[in-house]
Amino acid sequence: MEMYIFVLAVKSILNRKFTIILTIFSIALSVMLLLGVERLRNDARESFANTISGTDLIVGARSGQVQLLLYSVFRIGNPTNNVSWKSYQNISEQRQVAWTVPLSLGDSHRGFRVLGTNQDYFRHYRYAVDRQLEFASGNVFEGIFDAVIGADVARELGYRPGQEIILAHGTGEVSFVKHTGNPFHVVGILRKTGTPVDRTVHVSLQGIEAIHVGWENGSPTPGRQYDPNNPQLYDLQPRAITAALVGLKSRIATFRVQRYINDYPEEPLLAVLPGVALQELWDTMAIAQQALLAISVLVVLVGITGMTTAILTSLNERRREMAVLRSVGARPWHIFVLFVGEAGVVMGIAALAGIVSLYALQLVARPLIQSRLGLYLPVHPPSLHELILLLAAMAAGMLVGLVPAYLAYRYSLADGMTIRI
Amino acid sequence: MTLETDAIDIRGLAFRWRDSAPLILDLPELRVRRGESVFIKGASGSGKSTLLSLIGGVMSPQAGDVHVLGQRLGELGESRRDSFRADHIGFIFQMFNLIPYLPVLDNLLLPCRFSRRRKRNIEMRGTDFRAEAERLLTHLDLSPGLLQQPVTELSVGQQQRVAAARALIGNPELVIADEPTSSLDADRRERFLQLLLKECGEQNSTLIFVSHDSTLEPQFERSIELADINRAIA
Repeated sequence: MEMYIFVLAVKSILNRKFTIILTIFSIALSVMLLLGVERLRNDARESFANTISGTDLIVGARSGQVQLLLYSVFRIGNPTNNVSWKSYQNISEQRQVAWTVPLSLGDSHRGFRVLGTNQDYFRHYRYAVDRQLEFASGNVFEGIFDAVIGADVARELGYRPGQEIILAHGTGEVSFVKHTGNPFHVVGILRKTGTPVDRTVHVSLQGIEAIHVGWENGSPTPGRQYDPNNPQLYDLQPRAITAALVGLKSRIATFRVQRYINDYPEEPLLAVLPGVALQELWDTMAIAQQALLAISVLVVLVGITGMTTAILTSLNERRREMAVLRSVGARPWHIFVLFVGEAGVVMGIAALAGIVSLYALQLVARPLIQSRLGLYLPVHPPSLHELILLLAAMAAGMLVGLVPAYLAYRYSLADGMTIRI
Repeated sequence: MTLETDAIDIRGLAFRWRDSAPLILDLPELRVRRGESVFIKGASGSGKSTLLSLIGGVMSPQAGDVHVLGQRLGELGESRRDSFRADHIGFIFQMFNLIPYLPVLDNLLLPCRFSRRRKRNIEMRGTDFRAEAERLLTHLDLSPGLLQQPVTELSVGQQQRVAAARALIGNPELVIADEPTSSLDADRRERFLQLLLKECGEQNSTLIFVSHDSTLEPQFERSIELADINRAIA
């Protein structure tokens, strides 16, 4: 019998569907925003930190350390200048250096960046906690026109080993200048890593040189291109690379080698510690992140305030209803439950809808975020932290919802059965 | 509770809103026998509604005793008074008696949701909610077909009769009507009152009818002018 008040609460809500759906919609959006921002913060940090490990120094032309990190590892933005092959060789020959991997960027394939490198890349590149690149199928490139593609490239373009691909000059999504004369063949597909590697087409440095034969002026010279039947005609030794990954024999030498590279007399170079650069990148975004979180908390509060306003507005016209209910035997706490129940139903549905739409949004926006921002955002069940945020939002909603409920309770005590209009 | 007790027995009642506020009601005595139909006449502001709230147990007097059906309300706690009201009293108000988001049937059955006693009374008659609701509607000159309709589609006259049916459902001993006819025109007023009196008579319910409109007065067994018995109004 006491449960009938819940039936009344639900029927009353159904009666005001339109306003309540709007209220739920606004709170659901705000909850989605709050959880989304929080998820982005945490997963982005994780994703950033997991992108590169095991590399002691990243070397490139002198610019900012964040910029170097962004273009060499995240494939975002473009380098200001190159590193000459001679300098690269020199650095590799340093006593403390265990290995180096050259990176040459600047071309693309259907929106995916092309990375020119050598076999050492697959041996030395590490991500997450010391994980090596693995092949889902095929193997490392051997020939000049062999390509190894990341998991997302294969999945999104439906490529298998043997697929012929044409590289485009430049890094835009749409390129008008294509290296049509020298197609590549996919020889290997990497396993998913959750890093920008998934969205990269890897080819040999010689392949990069070969497709740029005749490009010495910066644009193609008609009639001049690499002829695979006469390889002896061409010198495919690169003159410059974009950046290099460096592994040291001992970490103790890190700063010494870094200083050596930064003071390199032949050309202005920059060597950065990936961890330090990642941290700086993260710090530059910290304020923006906190602002974003603060804004999303405020948006939730705005949503809750909107709900309370809607309930308070209905309160006055519902005083008649309260008097009638009192006259048939409803107790003041029944009236209280009627109004708190409304806040509860609104917050409950809104929280649920917020989570559902967050996942929907994540599924839709994930590829975009990964290609544009280089962030790998895994779809995972709500973390404890997110659940706490969600509960806090719901608690705030219920707490604020107590205000109209308490007012209704007071009204019904004071009014009794007197109908005030 | 025996048949000898009065439906209402008020003695030495005094009520004011706040301690510093003037007295609203000062009633040395007011008694209504069981089964009686009584017209209480009073201008607006004469304390009519307050008196009804005191009888309903929604408010408590500062002094004096209110006995309803032999039960002294002052000795009951707040929630016991709420269930006492649900069990024994049916109310009809001036207007807006119905909950807008419930269909006619659910509005009619509201007292049975809050009172086991009134629910049981229906069951003891060997009938069910729906049949009882249909019976009352028919007795009040309404089509049983209205039961599933939203109340917002009813005319004011129909709404008041549904409110009367709700007050009567489950056989409460006491029916209290607070200006139930003031929103009706003269013809409907007469008709509404006749139906209400007849049904109260059949159910053997005591009827207390409060109004400022003395044209209805002759239809009642007894009439009381509130100003005559309320010493708070000088």
